[in-house]
Amino acid sequence: MSAVTRPIPSVVPRRKSSKKALRLVLRYVLLFSVLIFAVFPFVWTFAIAITDKRAGTSIYDFPASLFPKAVTLNNFIEVYRTFELGKYVWNSISITALTVIGTLIVSALAAYPLARFRFPGKHIIFAIIVATLVLPGETTFIVNTLTLKKMGLLGTHLGVVIPTIAGAFGIFLMRQAFLSVPTALLEAARLDGAGEMTILTRIMLPLTKPSLAALGIFTLVGTWNAYFWPMLVLSAAPDKAPLSVAVLRLKGQFNYDPFNIAAGSLIMMLPVLLVFLAAQRYFMKGMEGAVK
Amino acid sequence: MTRAQRSLTPRTRSSFSWRDTLMSYAFLAPALILLTLFTFYPLAYGSYLGFTEYGGARFGQGLPPKWIGIENFRTLFADPLFLTSLGNSVKYLVVVPVLQLASLAVAVLVNKNLPGMTFFRAAYYVPVVTSISLAAVMWEWVYNKDGTLNWVLGALHLLPNGAVGWLNGEATAFWAVMLVTFWRGFGYYMVLYLAGLQGIPEELEEAAVLDGASAWQRFWQITVPMMKPTILLCSLLSTIAALRVLEEVLVLTNGGPLNSTYTALMYVYSKAFQGFNFDYGLASAAGLVVAVVALALSVANFRLFRESDGEGT
Repeated sequence: MSAVTRPIPSVVPRRKSSKKALRLVLRYVLLFSVLIFAVFPFVWTFAIAITDKRAGTSIYDFPASLFPKAVTLNNFIEVYRTFELGKYVWNSISITALTVIGTLIVSALAAYPLARFRFPGKHIIFAIIVATLVLPGETTFIVNTLTLKKMGLLGTHLGVVIPTIAGAFGIFLMRQAFLSVPTALLEAARLDGAGEMTILTRIMLPLTKPSLAALGIFTLVGTWNAYFWPMLVLSAAPDKAPLSVAVLRLKGQFNYDPFNIAAGSLIMMLPVLLVFLAAQRYFMKGMEGAVK
Repeated sequence: MTRAQRSLTPRTRSSFSWRDTLMSYAFLAPALILLTLFTFYPLAYGSYLGFTEYGGARFGQGLPPKWIGIENFRTLFADPLFLTSLGNSVKYLVVVPVLQLASLAVAVLVNKNLPGMTFFRAAYYVPVVTSISLAAVMWEWVYNKDGTLNWVLGALHLLPNGAVGWLNGEATAFWAVMLVTFWRGFGYYMVLYLAGLQGIPEELEEAAVLDGASAWQRFWQITVPMMKPTILLCSLLSTIAALRVLEEVLVLTNGGPLNSTYTALMYVYSKAFQGFNFDYGLASAAGLVVAVVALALSVANFRLFRESDGEGT
């Protein structure tokens, strides 16, 4: 092809530019198709949540239910009051905050020697941590529930948090980040007599903020979303359940009021969505730094 | 002598300092203790439980597990529900190649400096930051007989047999649940692939363009080889997640209708915690069977990628 087109230079750029324009249009058509698939359920849920149900509308009345005529915030107030959502909001915050802080501390501490020290058993420990990625965890939730029961942590927030904070993902993410810090910097600090803890907190962590943020946000999202594990640990303590577990209970309680369910769902969605949107650019940067 | 000396020299050089060793283990201690207690111990003890009778009345009376050999596995493979659930979990692997190809394609799609790209990336990630319980609420409305899916398909004249309750039909529920897995997953893998794509040096791409390589050629000869570690990681994560699918099923169908979405981990969970079973022994045995399948698939995944990659990673 190129051998044929090369001798006729005047044709090539024109054909290329029209091809380019077509490609651009195609790209945006695809981008918008994926967009609809990704966000449509939210758009509908949002429309339902702000619909004034006193008008007697059905959520299945299309396309009217997508474009509510009478708009209200009453559904939010009603669901918050009748269901005491505040309690579950606090539970979610407590569990998520503890998990994020725990994960960052444990991961950074473990990653530092793996990135920067030579010590006997390093390769074995490395292999052990890699192994957690592929090792079967099918019976883990059974045994961990029994272990928590023995420790008296079943039905507590700590019981939800502690088994989840040490993980290969966090440790490797931080190790990769630490590896990218120039060795000369550390040697200079050591010559100045800085202890390892000082090097970690004063040099390593400030220089790897994007990775810390990425890990923090990944953990935050995962914990806020988590349904199965908190449901299991807190099954005997329904008052300590996070929103993710409470929302499904809400579905049972307000079975015939989809407007309230939609409003409650959005209350649950909002904080994590705001955090994500605010940190989104930083987050993509963090991932870039983490994988390099 | 000289030989021995030579081999000794690097050894003395590489001898470990006490200080570093002590420091390293102090720093690693929290992670190692937690991993031992909540990852490795459950693996060992759970495997042991698989060969015991434990749970129910026995557990209530505080009696220890009783060794019964392979009795649990005999029970399992004689239980049609277990065989169905294992089959469904293996069938769920269909989602892996579809999800990975789509995610990589979407990553390539948004990996261009064009207006709106930041917005698209963020929007695609929104399903990932959505809880499964919220997804269940929304998708049940979408899949409802009066829901949006039927409305759209009806408008396109794609419903010859009329409206379908997607989660209520034996033939459709499985795929409906899988679509939710796909919906929640593609943004996550897109970000992982995107990070990998941005790690590819631009000069490489530019040189290929100068050499006259087409977009297709660049994709297969630069993007894919450079992305191999990411692709391996993503398909591994995706394979294990698909085999262990539980949450989607639990919140959308609870295994029904007629066990058509009853997966292997649903069986494990149900035997251990649902109803009045509390049969930790049998549940652990079922978990072990899934574990063996998952392990085999992980090894196969590694092999597959190593064989297709001449240089190795």
